Amino acid sequence: MKKLSARRRHPLAALVVLLFALAATGGLYAALAPAPKAQADDSSQSIQISEGKKLFSVGCASCHGARGQGSSDGPSLVGVGSAAVDFQVGTGRMPAQQPGPQIQKKPGQYTQGQIDQLAAFIASLGPGPVTPTSDQYDPAGGDSAKGGELFRTNCSQCHNFVGKGGALTDGKYAPTLKGVDPKHIYEAMQTGPQNMPSFPDTTMPSQAKADIIAYLQAVDTADSKNPGGFTLGSLGPVPEGLFAYIFGLGALIAVATWVAARTTKAKKS
Amino acid sequence: MSETGSHNDMAEPEEHLPATHGAHGAEAAVPGDPFANPGHPEHEYRRQDIDEKAAKHSERVVAGLFTLSMLGTLAFITSFVIFPVDKYVYIFPLGHVSALNFSLGISLAVALLGIGTGAVHWARTLMSDEEMPDDRHQADADDELRANIEAQWKQGAKESAFGRRKLVRTTMLGALTLVPLSAVVILRDLGPMPQDKLRHTAWAKGKALINPNTNKPLRPEDIPVGSLTFAQPEGLNEEDEDFQQQIAKAALMVVRLKPEDIKDKKELDWSHQGIVAFSKICTHVGCPVSLYEQQTHHVLCPCHQSTFDLSDGARVIFGPAGHRLPQLRISVNGEGNLVAMSDFEVPVGPAFWERG
Repeated sequence: MKKLSARRRHPLAALVVLLFALAATGGLYAALAPAPKAQADDSSQSIQISEGKKLFSVGCASCHGARGQGSSDGPSLVGVGSAAVDFQVGTGRMPAQQPGPQIQKKPGQYTQGQIDQLAAFIASLGPGPVTPTSDQYDPAGGDSAKGGELFRTNCSQCHNFVGKGGALTDGKYAPTLKGVDPKHIYEAMQTGPQNMPSFPDTTMPSQAKADIIAYLQAVDTADSKNPGGFTLGSLGPVPEGLFAYIFGLGALIAVATWVAARTTKAKKS
Repeated sequence: MSETGSHNDMAEPEEHLPATHGAHGAEAAVPGDPFANPGHPEHEYRRQDIDEKAAKHSERVVAGLFTLSMLGTLAFITSFVIFPVDKYVYIFPLGHVSALNFSLGISLAVALLGIGTGAVHWARTLMSDEEMPDDRHQADADDELRANIEAQWKQGAKESAFGRRKLVRTTMLGALTLVPLSAVVILRDLGPMPQDKLRHTAWAKGKALINPNTNKPLRPEDIPVGSLTFAQPEGLNEEDEDFQQQIAKAALMVVRLKPEDIKDKKELDWSHQGIVAFSKICTHVGCPVSLYEQQTHHVLCPCHQSTFDLSDGARVIFGPAGHRLPQLRISVNGEGNLVAMSDFEVPVGPAFWERG
């Protein structure tokens, strides 16, 4: 203890105390925070709906109304369809953590079985986009070249040409598409979550959506090939130029200064 | 490297030999004068000047760097030969990069840096570093030379009879004045005038709105509230020679609003059941604006953040744009397809000089 006390005025002491405090808070939270409970998937459609209604009453009704009719705190869910529920709850956006310019993505609060029950309940309120099946959004079934064309026409204005995302007005933003489940990308196009416009099957057929997903798989994953090397976040020519100016010219200036600052004389003065 | 050029100066040939350094230093020793010229400091030697072993070491370093450059060039040629263009390798932290591009870049960098660093090390450690001061000389010429040149100039003017023969002078000035006009004519003829191309697009009455995703005409029932669709005029083909010029003016975005949400009377009149069609070209400098927010009905331009309110006649609500986005008046034809009722009423895109 004495040894520890002797070092309490060390310049790094504050940092060490801060790290301990952070680790303790994080550890306590991880130990005490409620973990999502797993629940068995019941098969029958009516059981799904009634179970979904129960989950809805507990988790969603305070904002969306007891029958999903909406309130001042949340929009009506009549006719949004099961795809919207699967997207919003599956990506953790719903239930919303706090109000703000945009509801954020976060770790999911429900199991897939529970999400399916909620989706079945919401789908029973009115017809809407249906959760896609895996063969609809499978990237293997898409043409990535055609998808690139479609992506640049329809999506790149907000999501960047390789899906890195971008800023919108008043603190809203188009999120990055890297690491997003192909099913959720498909559902987002179908339903148009939050301020994103929808791209329904009538104007963008299912095959076109699969093409877009195939394109994103080709350009925006950890395994994507970059012929040019370092992508610098694929933010385009302006950041690339800035990088070259700051780091390229900066390195030249630093080396030139270093060379000139060192004397070659035998007598160092 | 600092002494470059002093050998070539023509003025004052006999001064500044190394032997005179001592004399310069001697001038400094005037007692009691704090502003006396201290002269040039004495030359200091490098280790390489004194110690032949150090000089040999420097020689080996320079030779090593030049050899490294040779190896870099050989590696460049070798990688060009052995790596196929479609071979990818994983390199942390760059990810999966082309083996050819990566190895060409690294080996060429080694080849060039080897020459550069070798030359710098050679110059700093082995080449002569004797200081060679070159004092400033008088900037203006002496009076005799100036008087001489003035006299020559006057004599030349007299001999040319420029002042006396007025006809020669006047015609020469006339010729010099007219000759730049040829440039005006040539530059004026660089291309055809734009005529009225800035005022018209490929849209016309009865032309169907084609969905570029499917290449099929758009129908009102295809477009739910909250969706975003783009459209190009019927008859415009991607293989057409002027496709890019035409689509750059005719690009259209189509959204559906609830009719009760539309605040602008003209916008409602020009819509079809709440389906409105606006030019996709920003009225500021012509970037494609289509960052549509379906809840606020705002459209944001990514270039300079101009924001347009599609529920209020595409009014500019933020940013540098000076005009609303032009609206295309639409309706349905007998087959139930959306069609344009006319071309845009105002020119699309940024303002230009003669725009009314």
